[in-house]
Amino acid sequence: MNFPEQLSYTKDHEWVKIEGDIATIGITDFAQRELGDIVFVEIETFGKTINQHDVFGTVEAVKTVSDLFMPISGQVIEINKGLDTAPESVNNDPYGAGWMVKVKMNNLGEVDGLMSAADYASSVA
Amino acid sequence: MSDTIELLSTALTQKHISLGAKMVPFAGYNMPVQYIGLQQEHMAVRNHVGMFDVSHMGEFRLKGPNALDLIQRVTSNDASKLIDGKVQYSCLPNEDGGIVDDLLVYRWREEEYYLVVNASNIQKDWDWISKFNTQGVEMLNMSDNMSLLAIQGPDATATVQKLTDVNLSEIEYYAFTIGTVAGINNVIISNTGYTGAGGFELYVMNDDAEKLWDAVIDAGKAFEIMPCGLGCRDTLRLEMGFCLYGNDINDTTSPIEAGLGWITKFTKEFTNSAYHKKLKEEGVSKKLVGFDMIDRGIPRQHYEIKDASGNIIGEVTSGTQSPSLGKAIGMGYVSTAFSKEGSEIYIQIRDKSLKAVVAKIPFLKK
Repeated sequence: MNFPEQLSYTKDHEWVKIEGDIATIGITDFAQRELGDIVFVEIETFGKTINQHDVFGTVEAVKTVSDLFMPISGQVIEINKGLDTAPESVNNDPYGAGWMVKVKMNNLGEVDGLMSAADYASSVA
Repeated sequence: MSDTIELLSTALTQKHISLGAKMVPFAGYNMPVQYIGLQQEHMAVRNHVGMFDVSHMGEFRLKGPNALDLIQRVTSNDASKLIDGKVQYSCLPNEDGGIVDDLLVYRWREEEYYLVVNASNIQKDWDWISKFNTQGVEMLNMSDNMSLLAIQGPDATATVQKLTDVNLSEIEYYAFTIGTVAGINNVIISNTGYTGAGGFELYVMNDDAEKLWDAVIDAGKAFEIMPCGLGCRDTLRLEMGFCLYGNDINDTTSPIEAGLGWITKFTKEFTNSAYHKKLKEEGVSKKLVGFDMIDRGIPRQHYEIKDASGNIIGEVTSGTQSPSLGKAIGMGYVSTAFSKEGSEIYIQIRDKSLKAVVAKIPFLKK
């Protein structure tokens, strides 16, 4: 499985890419494999400020539904509209076309609590 | 899954693991839910051919001069209509208005029948049938010794035909014969399945299961055969509107409510038959229906079904995104007033009431 070095991770199987005070968020390769074929990503929290660990959306695979948990606190400033028509991007390209939201972080200190690629990889091994 | 629960294996469990299947506990067995992907496996069955290991299913042999009487007593369908080599879908009603299990009844010869039951109910069914066996029918539980491979899809017959001299085109739907397949003698070759895609189910002793699996994979290569997991077995059966025990039917649902009136025959007495006859004559208060989602959302088991005013009128029993149709479909019980095709209903999905419409089953038209 693929866990890019430059990203940070959570135990809820989300990845986070930090650029300044903007975080791009998605689910990991491990998560998409566990869920199986993803058919619907529902995120209706645009503009909302969401606390770390709170639910920001749901992801539906053919067989299961799973909540998406916010890795870091902040305001949702962009949602990946491409997933409306191509939710399978989450399976095919979880770290690229399968990204889910961009968040303007309001507590940069939370970044220190995220996991490195190596730590995350060993947690799901 | 708790480490303290020991999962059972089929004769092919190691085969699935070596193929990289994702394994899950199902009915106490360690079973493959998918190999490379649910939707790809689903479409392989719809368009070509796929093979399922469903060896967790249970098989009982009932033998003796009173075998038919016992089967008539415990099942809802009329097994006296069976002739040698024919199969019948049926159910075991309980004494409280519900269903112990649904099953297939195979008539091999006048005094010898095979019953095929759900894995999760093997012990329950065995105990239930035994309770009514007062006339000395010889009962044998073959479940632990038998394997079952389902080869399904438009190319399934051509695949299996490469492995046997039995003329498969002569075996009608819901009929079977016993013959040699892939050099294995005494294989039960049954024109049945749970996918609506056509094909055969092959019953063999455990020792022969791997040999048969490998032979079918080899024979199916020309047709792009795929090993298929229980994940797509569920989406395939749901597209056909086939009931799944534990979801759409259970200990509390009547076959009349479940739309299984066609396997509930009042030509004979069976467990609680007077009650079901009354239901059929007087009408039921709830019915199992299929529905298409109009609003965007995926129905799941136990979600509430409401009317336009928000009153609860039922519950979802099965639901999924249909890989063949590209839309969300479900089944559930609703008050009879809402059971007509075209009725507008609402599915409570998390914090939203989403519109759906009662649809004709099967969802997938031939």
